[in-house]
Amino acid sequence: MEEEEYQGGEVKKFLYVNRRLPHGTIYALESLETVLIGAAFDQDVSMLFVDDGVYQLKKEQAPESIECKNFSKTYRALEMYDVEKLFVERESLEERGLAIDDLLVDVELIASSDVKALVDEHDVILSF
Amino acid sequence: MSTLNIINKSPFEKRTLDQCLKRIGAGDSVLLIEDASISAVSGTAFTEQLTAAAAQSKLYVLQPDLQARGFNDASLLDSIESVDYEGFVNLVVTHERVHSWL
Amino acid sequence: MKLAVLVNEGPYQHQASDSAYQFVTAALRTGHEVMRVFFYHDGVNNGTRLTTPPQDDRHIQKRWSALAQEHNVDLVLCVAACQRRGLVDEGEAKRNSKDATNIAPGFRISGLGQLIEAGVEADRLVTFGD
Repeated sequence: MEEEEYQGGEVKKFLYVNRRLPHGTIYALESLETVLIGAAFDQDVSMLFVDDGVYQLKKEQAPESIECKNFSKTYRALEMYDVEKLFVERESLEERGLAIDDLLVDVELIASSDVKALVDEHDVILSF
Repeated sequence: MSTLNIINKSPFEKRTLDQCLKRIGAGDSVLLIEDASISAVSGTAFTEQLTAAAAQSKLYVLQPDLQARGFNDASLLDSIESVDYEGFVNLVVTHERVHSWL
Repeated sequence: MKLAVLVNEGPYQHQASDSAYQFVTAALRTGHEVMRVFFYHDGVNNGTRLTTPPQDDRHIQKRWSALAQEHNVDLVLCVAACQRRGLVDEGEAKRNSKDATNIAPGFRISGLGQLIEAGVEADRLVTFGD
């Protein structure tokens, strides 16, 4: 990834809403690239995983089996980019028979009814 | 604090409408565009859900998208307001943020 | 108001690029500024000059290029998405030893930082995609 820096100085709160499975489409991978750039630009970055987006954080992904890049490791590196606010909707996990132990990073569980409040705290919503 | 939520999927194909409606609240608006525009037509399986949603959120449909699919304003649910692209721009401007539910 | 737009799908396959175009022209008509349209994912395919749609169909790329020329709208294709999909300008051709370019007039290839910058500097960012 090329080096980029934002000179403007202004900081906004970005919320990345992830609602899709990884691997079936490229959205999860390319969204993650945006998150990293956003963090490199010193923006305030949060990520929300709802609906099928929770599968992006599933442990033990092995897309080598379909000759695709295993970018799930990158979620673990997010901390190094100061991306520490990862929110996962509890109902989305439960619907899919998943628990917090199935996820490869530490996250904050929130209820479906709290999603609006989270969205309201942010200036820019990016959902791919 | 209000959000303009944009939905573009047919509710008969994807669950986006449902997924959006259950996570928004008072003051938020929903704009139905592209394939989602047909949700705004009265007498579908989603009429009840949209009528209930209209009690707390303003619902809009992008008229050109609806017209393209063979419907006009006369087919609309009473609780849904029809806008053109300029109306769409106005909705973006008058809400604090835009959330496209892709 | 200062607006920015994100387009995530290519031309013709999905309505996203059409919707974005109609939105941008309506915004300009009503006196707003559109500081940037950023093309990401398959959206970068809007920026190839090599398409030849049937004559009775709209020419999506030419429509965008005209907008850039007439209204100075900044059309930016994401470089990483371009590299994956074969969208090439002079600089990219040199850097990656490609024997041709295909970028359309009015478009430029740049980093994802341009999307973040649009998010920061515009009053509203509107996404069109699948």
